[in-house]
Amino acid sequence: MLEIRIHGRGGQGAVIASKVLAGAFFREGKWVQAFPAFGVERRGAPVTAFVRVDEEPILVRCQIYEPDQLLVLDPTLIEAVDVTQGLKPGGLVLINSERPPEAFSLGDYRIATVDAGAIALKHGLGTREQPIVNTAILGAYARASGLVSLDAVLEEIAESVPLGAEANRAAAREAYERVRLPAPAPAAKNA
Amino acid sequence: MAKKVLMGNHAVSYGARLSRVEVIAAYPITPQTQVVEELAEMCAWGDLNAKFIKVESEHSAMAACIGASATGARAFTATSSQGLLLMHEMLHWAAGARLPIVMANINRALAPPWSIWSEQTDSLAQRDTGWLQFYCESNQEVLDTTIQAFKISERVLLPAMIILDAFFLSHTYEPVEVPAQEAVDEFLPPYKPPLKLDVDDPHAFGALVGPDGYYEFRYNIQKAFEEAQRAIIEVGEEFGERFGRAYGLVEPFYVDDAEVVLVTSSTITSTARAVIKERRARGERVGLLKIRVFRPFPFEAVREMLLGVPKVAVIDRNLSLGHHGIFHAELKSALYGQRNAPAVFGFVAGLGGRDVTPRTIHQILDIVGSQEEPDRDVYWIGLKAKAEEGQPAGNGRKQRQRVKA
Repeated sequence: MLEIRIHGRGGQGAVIASKVLAGAFFREGKWVQAFPAFGVERRGAPVTAFVRVDEEPILVRCQIYEPDQLLVLDPTLIEAVDVTQGLKPGGLVLINSERPPEAFSLGDYRIATVDAGAIALKHGLGTREQPIVNTAILGAYARASGLVSLDAVLEEIAESVPLGAEANRAAAREAYERVRLPAPAPAAKNA
Repeated sequence: MAKKVLMGNHAVSYGARLSRVEVIAAYPITPQTQVVEELAEMCAWGDLNAKFIKVESEHSAMAACIGASATGARAFTATSSQGLLLMHEMLHWAAGARLPIVMANINRALAPPWSIWSEQTDSLAQRDTGWLQFYCESNQEVLDTTIQAFKISERVLLPAMIILDAFFLSHTYEPVEVPAQEAVDEFLPPYKPPLKLDVDDPHAFGALVGPDGYYEFRYNIQKAFEEAQRAIIEVGEEFGERFGRAYGLVEPFYVDDAEVVLVTSSTITSTARAVIKERRARGERVGLLKIRVFRPFPFEAVREMLLGVPKVAVIDRNLSLGHHGIFHAELKSALYGQRNAPAVFGFVAGLGGRDVTPRTIHQILDIVGSQEEPDRDVYWIGLKAKAEEGQPAGNGRKQRQRVKA
């Protein structure tokens, strides 16, 4: 089973990201489960969401404490909360940041970055103060993880993002191209 | 059939739409959920030909459903926690009037302190109102049970509650097979009430009945609950034949040769299945009995499954204050005085949405494995140290200071 934890702030679209990512894996024949971390969400407050992916029906129904991978929608969360708590060694950490992966020393993880905020703004998603970065980060995830295709992500965005699907798809596509992968790419197993 | 990724709330909405509900009466504000939000959209877009009545309280929502059902309409509502409690008076009325209303309740803990998280005490506190109660484990079961509930209710003329855990189902997205409308239409024909309010044939309903008659009314409802056991089994089997997923009153999982059987309901069942599979792989003789139907309580099915098992552990995400976990108490009453009854351990876990993880279930199995008999009435799992000393959990003083600042 693949377990992914998504960290964001209220308003960035972390919960929708979990749903879209689960939907993309589902399109490729996987069993999926996606859910938010049951908080009282306020704009700007830390939000967590979870995705499980497996080849068979998923039985466990609780939060994810030892994820295989992390998506961090806001780099300031790295200072605010212990985002890597429980993350398995060698796990992928995909961060929305204009900085390169080497700028983050979080431990024995595979770090990738993408400037999802700039990409979102370029495509008119959200405001300068609060760009909506969720679809961009998912495009980057398709490339950085190699576990789900960009096509599946784009199809799922078309179906489950009610407004501005085209701009969101364009942002995901651009983030797929622009994501900065760790160098040299290790052969670490993520799933 | 088509498989879709649905959240639990919407699985209820799809089930109600496929059942061609005719009247939906609901209070639209907290603690309401997306169940009726989605149904309102379905009505607005013309995907569902139902009258959607917005009301000013849950008490009124149930009153409107009672009126609608009495005229022969298929009536539906949904609520949660405090909203369900506000309906309490009308719940008795719906059952006493023998109206097959179907309602979804999202299990949420009761205030104070305020909580929006999962706990079963809201619906279990309605156990004596005369409603059938189904506790669901997955979004698929939620959708399937919504459809079955109408068929069962309309056969025995009792209202039914479909119950799902807050967040662990209500806000969780997972794949759900959505049956085709034609297939559901064949399974669930339109509701034909034996008696109804009819302006062309006027009758009065709900009149005063003296001591010479009331007793028999209650006897008849009790008989209807006995019939409901058969109806639930038969409808669950028919559903299985038509849709490939059969349901019953209880569901055993590795019970046959088990030395320890967990008794669970709702989503704790699902997590416990993963733990049972893991321990079976290690050669441990452990199993699980899921209780799907709480009313009517499946006395016979429970005895059939558990008599002869050495040890049983009930996990309750609910509590009758001053008594025990509620499934625990009911189970003991079903087993009392029976030959070869197991030792019954009662665990209260996950109140107010505290996460019940595989680790929690392992802890429970370890406790049960280490002793022959329970050494207390109720076991609390993962209680914070301060509370065990009789003080409130968490740092109350620090919180007060923060509020002042």
